[in-house]
Amino acid sequence: MQIDLHQPILDKNDRLADENRELFKEKKVFVLDLLASPGSGKTSTILATIEALRDEFNIAVIEGDIASSVDSEKIKSQGIAAVQINTGGACHLESAMIRRAVDVLDLDNLDLIIIENVGNLVCPTDFDLGENMKAMILSVPEGDDKPLKYPGVFQAASAIVLNKIDTAPVFNFDEELFYDHIKNLNPTAPIFPMSATNGKGVEAWANWLADQIRAL
Amino acid sequence: MHELGIMTGVMESVETAARDAGADRVLKVSLDVGVMTEAIEDALQFAFEALAENNPYFEGATLEVTMIQPKSICTQCGHEFSHDRFHMLCPECGSPFLQLLEGKELQISSIEVDMPDEDEPDNSDKE
Repeated sequence: MQIDLHQPILDKNDRLADENRELFKEKKVFVLDLLASPGSGKTSTILATIEALRDEFNIAVIEGDIASSVDSEKIKSQGIAAVQINTGGACHLESAMIRRAVDVLDLDNLDLIIIENVGNLVCPTDFDLGENMKAMILSVPEGDDKPLKYPGVFQAASAIVLNKIDTAPVFNFDEELFYDHIKNLNPTAPIFPMSATNGKGVEAWANWLADQIRAL
Repeated sequence: MHELGIMTGVMESVETAARDAGADRVLKVSLDVGVMTEAIEDALQFAFEALAENNPYFEGATLEVTMIQPKSICTQCGHEFSHDRFHMLCPECGSPFLQLLEGKELQISSIEVDMPDEDEPDNSDKE
């Protein structure tokens, strides 16, 4: 006997994500889900973003890693609330994990939560966390061809940070080619070339993000 | 590589639906998977086989995956077109403002189950 189900596979995750979204809306907090590879400079970018925005917004960070609390310690040392999620091997964050993490944050007094997803260009793409926006970071040493190899993440992102731009000459990174790939894949996403460690380009990204938060 | 996690969820949903229908066993699971998702057909098959092996309710069951090609409509000129994963510009007017109609599916479309006594005569008539 055949039974027609037409049941979304990520139904449970999507339902919990909708609940998160409702909660974030009610508390008027903007949630950014940041996707990138390991070593692309996610934590450095978050620290630079915090520095640029902390005068105007109250910020907290949710750190997703397979193991360790190295990243959340770095955030906390800057006087910013941080929650560490250890996925214990899972390659992405899910909406239920986010719900548990935000339960320990003071949502009434927050404007922005940055979620640092697990370093991975594949799996986090398919999982709605209830965020307002996904953004991604590609770092120059990863190569200008990454949009061709991992199209999904470049399409899921509403903005793309091109980090470690100061190393472009060393790695023969073809910026024009990279921009062309993005123009085909995700033509409406702005690209922000920056160096999180020397501060170049951080302002343009931070200003853009601030506009999104203010528009909430 | 989140196919194992996806498939664990699929098996749970399928088993619940099949048991609710009173089935003895699951024979076949059919999935629709959009090309624009990150799920890979081979990895789904592998995960299904690995999980079915340890679950007698799925003994001998097969997985059918239908990959759905991307299709979009241009919100500027209304042109509807099929495309690959890499080109998200309207071929008619060049607009970047598209709405994806198909290609992001990740769903259990149907299942085939073995019902008890399905092929056997009804014993209540035999008195």
